[in-house]
Amino acid sequence: MQLIPCPWCGPREEAEFHYGGQAHVAYPEDPAALTDREWAQYVFFRDNPSGPFAERWSHSAGCRRWFNAVRDTRTHDLLSVYRIGEPVPAPSESEEVNS
Amino acid sequence: MTSPVSPAQPPGAHLPDHPDFLWDNPEPKASYDVVIVGGGGHGLATAYYLAKVHGITNVAVLEKGWLAGGNMARNTTIIRSNYLWDESSGIYEHSLKLWEGLEEDLGYPVLFDQRGVLNLAHSLQDVRDSVRRVNANRLNGIDAEWLDPEGVKEVCPIVNISQDVRYPVMGATFQPRAGIAKHDYVAWGYARAAHAMGVDLIQNCEVTGIETAGDRVTAVETTRGRIAAGRVALCAAGHSSVLAGMVGLRLPIASHPLQALVSELLEPVHPTVVMSNAVHVYVSQAHKGELVMGAGIDSYNGYGQRGSFHIIEQQMSAALELFPIFSRAHLLRTWAGIVDVSPDASPIVGLTPVEGLYLNCGWGTGGFKATPGVGDCFAHTIAHDKPHRFNEPFTLERFTTGALVDEHGAAAVAH
Repeated sequence: MQLIPCPWCGPREEAEFHYGGQAHVAYPEDPAALTDREWAQYVFFRDNPSGPFAERWSHSAGCRRWFNAVRDTRTHDLLSVYRIGEPVPAPSESEEVNS
Repeated sequence: MTSPVSPAQPPGAHLPDHPDFLWDNPEPKASYDVVIVGGGGHGLATAYYLAKVHGITNVAVLEKGWLAGGNMARNTTIIRSNYLWDESSGIYEHSLKLWEGLEEDLGYPVLFDQRGVLNLAHSLQDVRDSVRRVNANRLNGIDAEWLDPEGVKEVCPIVNISQDVRYPVMGATFQPRAGIAKHDYVAWGYARAAHAMGVDLIQNCEVTGIETAGDRVTAVETTRGRIAAGRVALCAAGHSSVLAGMVGLRLPIASHPLQALVSELLEPVHPTVVMSNAVHVYVSQAHKGELVMGAGIDSYNGYGQRGSFHIIEQQMSAALELFPIFSRAHLLRTWAGIVDVSPDASPIVGLTPVEGLYLNCGWGTGGFKATPGVGDCFAHTIAHDKPHRFNEPFTLERFTTGALVDEHGAAAVAH
């Protein structure tokens, strides 16, 4: 079982967490101005990289707070975790915190 | 090829021998009329129907590993067509009809065994949804029955129908024509037949780029050089997003690990296929005797072909409540495939904004059963540059138009 380092609680078992998909998907600034195609992109289309992926997790059986993580989808290695509102750490700054 | 079963023989002794030789390993040519990316069941079936039905034989199937070594080697081989919506019923029932004649068509054993599929209901809402699906199936000419718990016990005596468990069995839908096939033999049968008609099957050949000129696809770049292509058909399941990204096409697809496992070989105890959406396990007994069990997908995106242990724990606890006699069975091995899940749990099959580039993906957890059907329809789509009527509803455009085929929770299994 994967250990996921919650930024508040430290490493906890994966079963305590809930997955939230891609991080940093902003709600449209001017929703009324969006075309159908743009709405489709916002609602249905997500990045699906084979490699580092910025995604959301919730420590739902612990502190119940959301946070972001960069995880390599090929190896499941968590390259960094960071709090909501913080920018995605640059790849060079990403330290492997769990493998 | 087959030998009669006698009690003295070990399980599996009646199976056909492994073939010595089914296809060549040619060097890729400089150019093909059609290049199919992905040498799994869907890619091989597409090549077969392109050659057989449409006479297009200047075709290469490119496989980055070995033929049928991806999801085709990792699925739980269940075949059924008991989907709720007309669109899904259309393509899955088309496929089931092709399964029923596939051995004769390919001239090769695929061990399609119509032992039936039970989809269990564990709550009043499950019961209502299930009965609705039975009615929908019947209206579409698909065999379906609603069984009460005693009826379930009659079909599969080892199912625990006690009402004193956390999720008691309240009944099940039953599709008698559903069943299983031997996945490797299916792939080999298609590969052999496609090869015999002139299709090049090229292994260890990973696509690293897709060339376009204007709006048209012209070639693929591979680890074995550039291959010019009149048309390019993507059949790469979990890696479809990566391939589509090579031409700047974004897909509404998330790739997830899906785990399965098998027990050691056991005497025949399980006569059908049992699936449970609510507690999420599906079980059949392979021809040789292993119990084959599937689970739900891991929640996170992943390409690593391995999943989380707690998913297996949940799957096992569900299996043991349903089948107490499995408690002494030993686990032999576990594995994961990478499935491509779409937002409405239905596939995406058809044309793309790039001329000559065709997309077949999004089958999620259920692509194996569709192998003959999608092969036939996708070959038609490629040959005519126009969807077959059975894959017409499954466009990429539906996520913009809103014409979704929402099989989440409707298709008798959760995704």
